[in-house]
Amino acid sequence: MTSQDQHWSMLFGRLSLESLPLHEPIIVATFAAVALGGAALVGALTWFRLWGYLWREWFTSVDHKKIGIMYMVLGLVMFLRGFADAVMMRIQQAIAFNGSEGYLNSHHYDQVFTAHGVIMIFFVAMPFVTGLMNYVVPLQIGARDVSFPFLNNFSFWMTTAGAVLVMASLFVGEFAQTGWLAYPPLSGIAYSPGVGVDYYIWALQIAGVGTTLSGINLIATIVKMRAPGMTMMRMPVFTWTSLCTNVLIVASFPVLTAVLALLSLDRYVGTNFFTNDFGGSPMMYVNLIWIWGHPEVYILILPIFGVFSEVTATFCGKRLFGYSSMVYATVVITILSYLVWLHHFFTMGSGASVNSFFGITTMVISIPTGAKLFNWLFTMYRARIRFDLPMMWTVAFMLTFVIGGMTGVLLAVPPADFVLHNSLFLIAHFHNVIIGGVVFGVFAAINYWWPKAFGFRLDPFWGKISFWCWVVGFWLAFTPLYVMGLMGVTRRLRVFDDPSLQIWFVIAAIGAGLIACGIAAMLIQYAVSIIRRDQLRDESGDPWNGRTLEWATSSPPPNYNFAFTPVVHDLDAWDEMKRAGAPRPAGNFRAIHMPKNTGAGIILAGISTVCGFALIWHIWWLAGVSLAALLITAIAHTFNYARDFHIPAETVAETEAERARQLAALKGAAA
Amino acid sequence: MSAAHEQGAGHGHGHDHGHDHGGEAHGTMRDYVWGFVLSVILTAIPFWLVMAGPIADKSVTGLIITAFAAIQIVVHMIFFLHMNARAEGGWNMLALIFTIVIVVIVLTGSLWVMYHLNANMMPQSHQMDSLP
Amino acid sequence: MSIAPAAAAVTDADLTARYYDLDEHDHPEGGSTMLGFWIYLMSDLLIFAMLFATFGVLGANYAAGPGPRDLFDLPLVALNTSMLLFSSITYGFAMLAMQKGVVRQTQLWLVITGLFGAAFLGIELYEFAHLIHEGATPQRSAFLSAFFTLVGTHGLHVTFGLIWLVVLLVQVEQRGLIPANRRRLMCLSLFWHFLDVVWIGVFTFVYLMGMLR
Repeated sequence: MTSQDQHWSMLFGRLSLESLPLHEPIIVATFAAVALGGAALVGALTWFRLWGYLWREWFTSVDHKKIGIMYMVLGLVMFLRGFADAVMMRIQQAIAFNGSEGYLNSHHYDQVFTAHGVIMIFFVAMPFVTGLMNYVVPLQIGARDVSFPFLNNFSFWMTTAGAVLVMASLFVGEFAQTGWLAYPPLSGIAYSPGVGVDYYIWALQIAGVGTTLSGINLIATIVKMRAPGMTMMRMPVFTWTSLCTNVLIVASFPVLTAVLALLSLDRYVGTNFFTNDFGGSPMMYVNLIWIWGHPEVYILILPIFGVFSEVTATFCGKRLFGYSSMVYATVVITILSYLVWLHHFFTMGSGASVNSFFGITTMVISIPTGAKLFNWLFTMYRARIRFDLPMMWTVAFMLTFVIGGMTGVLLAVPPADFVLHNSLFLIAHFHNVIIGGVVFGVFAAINYWWPKAFGFRLDPFWGKISFWCWVVGFWLAFTPLYVMGLMGVTRRLRVFDDPSLQIWFVIAAIGAGLIACGIAAMLIQYAVSIIRRDQLRDESGDPWNGRTLEWATSSPPPNYNFAFTPVVHDLDAWDEMKRAGAPRPAGNFRAIHMPKNTGAGIILAGISTVCGFALIWHIWWLAGVSLAALLITAIAHTFNYARDFHIPAETVAETEAERARQLAALKGAAA
Repeated sequence: MSAAHEQGAGHGHGHDHGHDHGGEAHGTMRDYVWGFVLSVILTAIPFWLVMAGPIADKSVTGLIITAFAAIQIVVHMIFFLHMNARAEGGWNMLALIFTIVIVVIVLTGSLWVMYHLNANMMPQSHQMDSLP
Repeated sequence: MSIAPAAAAVTDADLTARYYDLDEHDHPEGGSTMLGFWIYLMSDLLIFAMLFATFGVLGANYAAGPGPRDLFDLPLVALNTSMLLFSSITYGFAMLAMQKGVVRQTQLWLVITGLFGAAFLGIELYEFAHLIHEGATPQRSAFLSAFFTLVGTHGLHVTFGLIWLVVLLVQVEQRGLIPANRRRLMCLSLFWHFLDVVWIGVFTFVYLMGMLR
């Protein structure tokens, strides 16, 4: 090494001009598109002078509603990236036959499937779910904000920081080529000496901080901030499932943090946890990461079960069938989800006793899940069902998810799993439950709560086009994978020798194309709805004749949510209030105590991003400086004691009077 | 529903102003001194058992010091962390119990799973120690 | 929007009062803090649980390197343990002083707690340095990797506790024992005693059990 090289590496670590993938035309084109789009966006924001507005009203906001919306935006943006990866894989697999290498080399292809998994789980599904919980839970329990509003803002930005690192890996360096869980020894320093796995580790560690804190926050909120009269057994089902989800988050993300920390010690310090020699055990990593990984599955699906419960009750116009069994089923799933992790690696070789135990617990978990499904069906039984978009997604979910659940039980049988392990059957199974469950549920939720968040409905025409493209596209894309899985085709393959398989991959690719149409229709739906917002306007605040408290306030709700906290006497609190015809309080408004906005969250997350980047590229001086800056900024933030303010009573009175006029006009128009 | 439910609801809400002080149990001098004396005893005995080795059977010693550790953890919980079933409306205790259940599951589960893996897949593993 | 006509005896005002909390006061600030911090501690406990599990599984893999009997110095560990125990009771005294509202006394006990904590860290660092000097580095075997990581993570927590303690000393000096500062002192108290509980696990399962192997 020359002395010039030494100076360079002292300043920039492993970073050099070669780190930029200039020789990969696909990435260069993507970068050009992103750079142009980004420049256009920045230019537009500057031109319309929106930076100040964004900073004051959104980036530094501690309002749970705005943070919820920002989570949804993050999820949507990352969804487009993750889906682009999916399309690339489908095209590659559809053409890489008969000696063709396809268009992706292995270095690139391995990154694509890893990035697809990581992004879809951590930066799409998680932000969507967290965003929904953030937006809806405080409204449903009649609270004005979460327990720790600053922490909420900080959590969001930490999640975003992780997403930023993943996106940076596309253009600076590379991403992991290890699959989405980065099993060692492949992910160890010996076999993955590049920066890919380091990007993976630090993106997840930084985002994980945000996820864990947001979990703690929402648990405290649900436990402490419920409206008077709302006992545990009067909480809306979505709030219940959110509580259980956040319990799972708090009790499982530390596991991921610990495991990734051990992996990074192996990579950075040279310890021997998961290495092949000096007593290390790679399978211990697999064991530990699935202790996080299986609860994670339920972290994603439980709140979605809550969404479907709310939607079913609302659109059937009656109380949810079997509320308490729904609650118990949720709690049972929460605990059982810690007893099944080994079914992800039956083939490890722990033997019959261990495998039978975990096989049985896995099958047992389908019982409470089945109970939930029957509850929804019995709610629909003899109901006057309104088939609006949220309900359509719910029915599609039921039909799709049941198939996914059944293939899951099939995989839970250890001997069957030995045949199907790591095959496309598994891929089809978990996409079946994640798309058919989580993704459909998120779309149901977006269609359901959009009017609450923005004051106008989503356009149903484009929504229905999106719906049919998605549902048909999903089955077209994944049925071939089931078939090929049963034929023994394994996952993550880049080229194929057997030409008879090509037709299946072509069908799957067509399915992916149909899903792409569904996504396009969805984006058009949002755009059309925003343009036609005056025709789609809902001023009642309760467009679906809802049953829970979020519909008791205006759409969008004022920043204090409720001028007077509602008092709950029944399970479907708002439904009961409507039946009783309780008039809204008209006077005696009080000043409302609210948290102040703060920029500390985005600043801390920004420094964390820099720190992560420095650690990834071994730029030690920058890592040290940013770590110190992180500590100092955090401490400085604790010296700020003035974190709240009061909305004056007059302002509240004005807002409420305006709302009363709006409702009176609406009533007059109806009469 | 019932009157009991209505009353219980107050706990869910941060309404009771007293709970800022009433919710957490504060220690007294007696608590701290008792806790300290007990933990000194509960620490000293295991150290003595291992260092002096009065019991020949190592597994018996192991069991005894494990028991002492468990007792000492409970002592710390009660006298230093002021755990009781009332703090925060019982939620602290519930969170602790849930966490302990999870900790037991992951600890015993990992040990069980990995033990069986080694027994099945690495039959020579006990000889590995002597290899470089 | 009313569906069922209200009974004549019930006035609208009654209904409003039944369904809205008209006599609401501000939520007490920080009412969720202690619960939230406790839940954080539970999540931290799980991190330690994973490190214990790792030590449990890999702790006998010496890779022909030194084992616990070759390395551990129990009198030193006993001394270290006593440092933590002393710091626990002195933190308790700080809390008692806080309850009485005596600023100086609170600060004094906090300083003493900090000194015990620093002594603990010093002894631990000495132990680590000694081991590394003897060639028993974290890289030597899975056993040593797990040992250094588990004990080191606990030490890292103590370090953060010390930094936090110093910050709180300054804040108590600046603003006295205001409710916000009391809450923070109570959180640190939980944190500090929690680390004590983890240490019970460490000295029992790592050091004492290690010597029995």
